[in-house]
Amino acid sequence: MSELKSGSNLEKVLKAGHFAFTGECGPPKGANIEHLREKGSPLVGMVDCVNVTDNQTAVVRMSSWAASLLLIQMGIEPNFQMVCRDRNRLAMQSDILGVYAHGVRNMLCLSGDHQRFGNHPGSKNVFDLDSMQLINMVKTMREEGTFLNGEEIDERPKLFIGAAENPFAEPCEFRVHRLAKKIAAGADFIQTQCIYNMERFREFMKQVVDMGLHEKCYILAGVTPMKSLGMARYMAKSVPGMDVPDSLIKRLEGAGKGKVAEVGIEIALEQIEEFKSLKGVAGVHLMAIEWEHKVPEIAERAKMLPRPKV
Amino acid sequence: MIVGKQKPLEEIWDMVKGYRKLLVFGCNTCVAVCHEGGNRESEILGSLLRMKAKQEGVDIVIKDGGIERQCEHEYFEKAAGEIEESDAVLSLACGAGVQFLGEKFPGKTVMPGLNTTFIGVVDAPGEFSERCTMCGDCILHLTGGICPITRCSKSILNGPCGGSNKGCCEISPDTPCGWHLIHERLKAQGRLSLIQAYIPAKNWITSRDGGPRKQVREDMKMERETAAG
Repeated sequence: MSELKSGSNLEKVLKAGHFAFTGECGPPKGANIEHLREKGSPLVGMVDCVNVTDNQTAVVRMSSWAASLLLIQMGIEPNFQMVCRDRNRLAMQSDILGVYAHGVRNMLCLSGDHQRFGNHPGSKNVFDLDSMQLINMVKTMREEGTFLNGEEIDERPKLFIGAAENPFAEPCEFRVHRLAKKIAAGADFIQTQCIYNMERFREFMKQVVDMGLHEKCYILAGVTPMKSLGMARYMAKSVPGMDVPDSLIKRLEGAGKGKVAEVGIEIALEQIEEFKSLKGVAGVHLMAIEWEHKVPEIAERAKMLPRPKV
Repeated sequence: MIVGKQKPLEEIWDMVKGYRKLLVFGCNTCVAVCHEGGNRESEILGSLLRMKAKQEGVDIVIKDGGIERQCEHEYFEKAAGEIEESDAVLSLACGAGVQFLGEKFPGKTVMPGLNTTFIGVVDAPGEFSERCTMCGDCILHLTGGICPITRCSKSILNGPCGGSNKGCCEISPDTPCGWHLIHERLKAQGRLSLIQAYIPAKNWITSRDGGPRKQVREDMKMERETAAG
């Protein structure tokens, strides 16, 4: 890891040894640029880069590449996401070239939520490649300068490659091996699904460190502050692979009227504090979904500011 | 085997009611195993349609019949007469059989009485589930005998994805996670190293994505000439 792979801000921050802090911004469900600007502006200067989701939960929104370009115009570095559900290898490689030409330098490679529970459940899905193969393809484009078919690329895209991992989805014992596979395939950084069960995450990180994976790849721990009891209960019951301990729910229940959100933020801040010193964790990925305006406060209280200038 | 499901009676009635002489025609192989399109089902459906015609005062002669398989020439020989006599045939075969019938009797209106659903197995009496999506390049030896193309909703080759939920696919608690099954099988066999290895991008050219498929046995040229001549 001596020369920069992409030159992205996120890469530089991590490479310099700073504790990274990334955010998220979902594109609008329309061509409403103003709406995107409202959501994105609280994030300016608060985080090292901002994830831009790709038809998340299989609900049609402005494309990740388009929203990424708009964020660049706002002075935000995007983490462009691409899922395997909607694009075949031709469209993928084509979009990778396109976003790189427009200044995008980070890319998160994901499987994608199945369209069955999205808002166009009758659509055909693609899944030409899986996320592992997508990671490997982007790496090959960057390192070898070739397309998936071996042909030479007329100026190679140099992206900082990210992937996701969910330490709590079953079969849990396989997750660290899958993480190892993604790193071997070419992942430069990983963002985990949001964590609530700190005990289990500590165990997971111990396995990660034992396998030396933290030395090959930057691992960012996912944090989503609980806004309400309803949200906590929903996450506990209805989101696949989510582990929300009863103790957390009890703590929120004990918050008192109107105070649940504040306790949710306190819990998130405690987590962030622990992640700063947890071996193998290189940063935090804050997913304050539809709560972007809280990010400056959380960043401040988590002592993440100012963000490093590299 | 091929599994299919009979179309709702109303839908079938709408398709057939305009004809004068209808033949309901069963296929007694795959779709008989799932009790949807066999010769017995053809008889039953024939009766139901006659009752419907009577109820609605529609003047239509409905006969029922069937053959062993609608995907091979030889079985049609003894049924050619009754097919020729009809205006229209409601075939209860899978999509392949319906089309084959149409090719052999191009002057007849041919309609599908079934929705062909999948290649699968009989898990239990009356219970069928999908196993193979005919990718044309089988990798079952790499995944402990469980197909990730078919049984993983996302056809992931390096699974499982992050949505695997207590052994179930994120799309439904009734759908097992294919990769969870693969993991359990290989763990029990002590062969998890198979799925710790990276499986590269699939070449889909042998699947339906590569275009309609055809397969010819060169060593059977003489039989073809005999059949034609």
